Amino acid sequence: MSAYETLRHFADSWGLLAMLVIFITLCAWPFRPGARDRNRDAATLIFKDENDGE
Amino acid sequence: MEAVLGRVGLWFLVLLLAIGAFAGAQDTAFAAHAVLIAIVAFILIWVTANSYDPLTKVQSMFHMPSDPSRYDDDPVRWGVLATMFWGIVGMLAGVFIALQLAFPALNVEPYLNFGRVRPLHTSAVIFAFGGNALIATSFYIVQRTCRTRLAFPSLARFVFWGYQLFIVLAASGYLLGVTQSREYAEPEWYVDIWLTIVWLSYAAVFIGTIIRRHEPHIYVANWFFLAFIITVAMLHLVNNLAMPVSLLGSRSYSAFAGVQDALTQWWYGHNAVGFFLTAGFLAMMYYFVPKQAERPIYSYRLSIIHFWSLIFLYIWAGPHHLHYTALPDWAQTLGMVFSVMLWMPSWGGMINGLMTLNGAWDKVRTDPIIRMMVMALAFYGMSTFEGPVLSIKAVNSLSHYTDWTIGHVHSGALGWNGMITFACVYYLVPRLWKRDRMFSLRMINWHFWLATIGIVFYAASMWVAGITQGLMWREYGLDGYLVNSFVDTVEALHPMYIMRAFGGGLYLLGGAIMTYNIWMTLKGRVREEAPMSQPIFDDEKDRPITANPAQVPAE
Repeated sequence: MSAYETLRHFADSWGLLAMLVIFITLCAWPFRPGARDRNRDAATLIFKDENDGE
Repeated sequence: MEAVLGRVGLWFLVLLLAIGAFAGAQDTAFAAHAVLIAIVAFILIWVTANSYDPLTKVQSMFHMPSDPSRYDDDPVRWGVLATMFWGIVGMLAGVFIALQLAFPALNVEPYLNFGRVRPLHTSAVIFAFGGNALIATSFYIVQRTCRTRLAFPSLARFVFWGYQLFIVLAASGYLLGVTQSREYAEPEWYVDIWLTIVWLSYAAVFIGTIIRRHEPHIYVANWFFLAFIITVAMLHLVNNLAMPVSLLGSRSYSAFAGVQDALTQWWYGHNAVGFFLTAGFLAMMYYFVPKQAERPIYSYRLSIIHFWSLIFLYIWAGPHHLHYTALPDWAQTLGMVFSVMLWMPSWGGMINGLMTLNGAWDKVRTDPIIRMMVMALAFYGMSTFEGPVLSIKAVNSLSHYTDWTIGHVHSGALGWNGMITFACVYYLVPRLWKRDRMFSLRMINWHFWLATIGIVFYAASMWVAGITQGLMWREYGLDGYLVNSFVDTVEALHPMYIMRAFGGGLYLLGGAIMTYNIWMTLKGRVREEAPMSQPIFDDEKDRPITANPAQVPAE
């Protein structure tokens, strides 16, 4: 099997699966238990410095 | 003193090298660029030798406050000025080439013909206007969200001035006929190397600032900026792999051939849209929309899903630029499928931005900056819906190579990138120059309407033009021959081309009003004008209901 064949078989099997798993994990990460408060803190951190440091 | 001498020596060395490059240049364009570098080096020698602090005088010319803020805002101020300057240059070039298409007599040979001014227009609006806006806002946002100053202050200044040199080299090169014929990557190898140096310095400043942060969480806007900086570095390096013909000449040959070359180009080209014009500007959206609306982003979770979906999907969409070409069929289908899937994260982001205004929708009426942001998000939604539609092969067979594509690009570029940039600049200028507000809010409103109506003229005329063109090109007669020759379509499109130039002119006029407004704000003036909205007070009606039986006639 040529290098091209090997690589493309990897790409449409394990490579694809790995990408999918990584993607789903990253998207599910903010929904893990206990993340609600962290998300609220993150969303409001831009207002802590109300006058933009002046 | 020794430091000054050392710097003068360094610039002198650059000057000598430039003169050497001029003497040995293989073509006139390369010689012209060597002269340009020599002039820059000479100015730097002169300025360095004359004073220890050359910028003070120039800064007073632009009324810059001597940085009393806790943050390092000087590169941001320069970036805002450069954004405005290049924006006007780019839009002017755009209106000029739109008029050239309508009135071919305007093609001034050889320096100002369409083929040379068009890349000047695209690069000026994307890389000079958009790029400066991105550099300025990223430096502003990363400091505020990390609660720290820029990591390498002198490197940040090098990034700004180095980027301007890149723009000047690229733009002057186009007019002199230097191009490697790769769309949105026309500059030749030596300018590409310079941009690589500048871009890696930019990455160093940005990542360095994030590492020095005092805020534990990295705000989502910085994720988008980081993706933009890293991906653009990767795209630029791979797409510009080329072998120069001579070390003192401006010609080079691509490392790839045939369809591989085409796919590399469009992998770059589409991701320039995806990561330069989308991810970078979304970073601006995720900071400035919540700040201007004074409420946090609608859903932080959605913003993270938006981020990862955009990153994972966009990189595969490039092949949709090569439908029905020599590119293998499976690759075309792959590009189409990923483009259609992209619709969802794009609209997720649009909804996230718009819903941030939930409970504050009255600001659309009272605050022209919010109005611009809403219009920008609306156009983001429209063009990210139109994009997937155009990427479908059946639609593409009609739309490709027609003006529909041009209309699509401009609804995204004028509507989304332009509007969000204007809104951010209006937000930034009073804060950066320590003014209470912009010179005139009503002028922002005028700018908003001129730009919006300009886009409507532009997009509508290009839809009609594109579909007309596509249908005329594919029309067969009973004898099996094409009905229309190419020049028939050109004739049919003439009215639409004039309408397009008119729309572009309105958009440019809006930009001119903005420039005046900003200049007056810099000078510290405030225009006396009626407020944007005023509650009506009617003294007659301002009284309690009282029962008054005496008034009722007795019956």
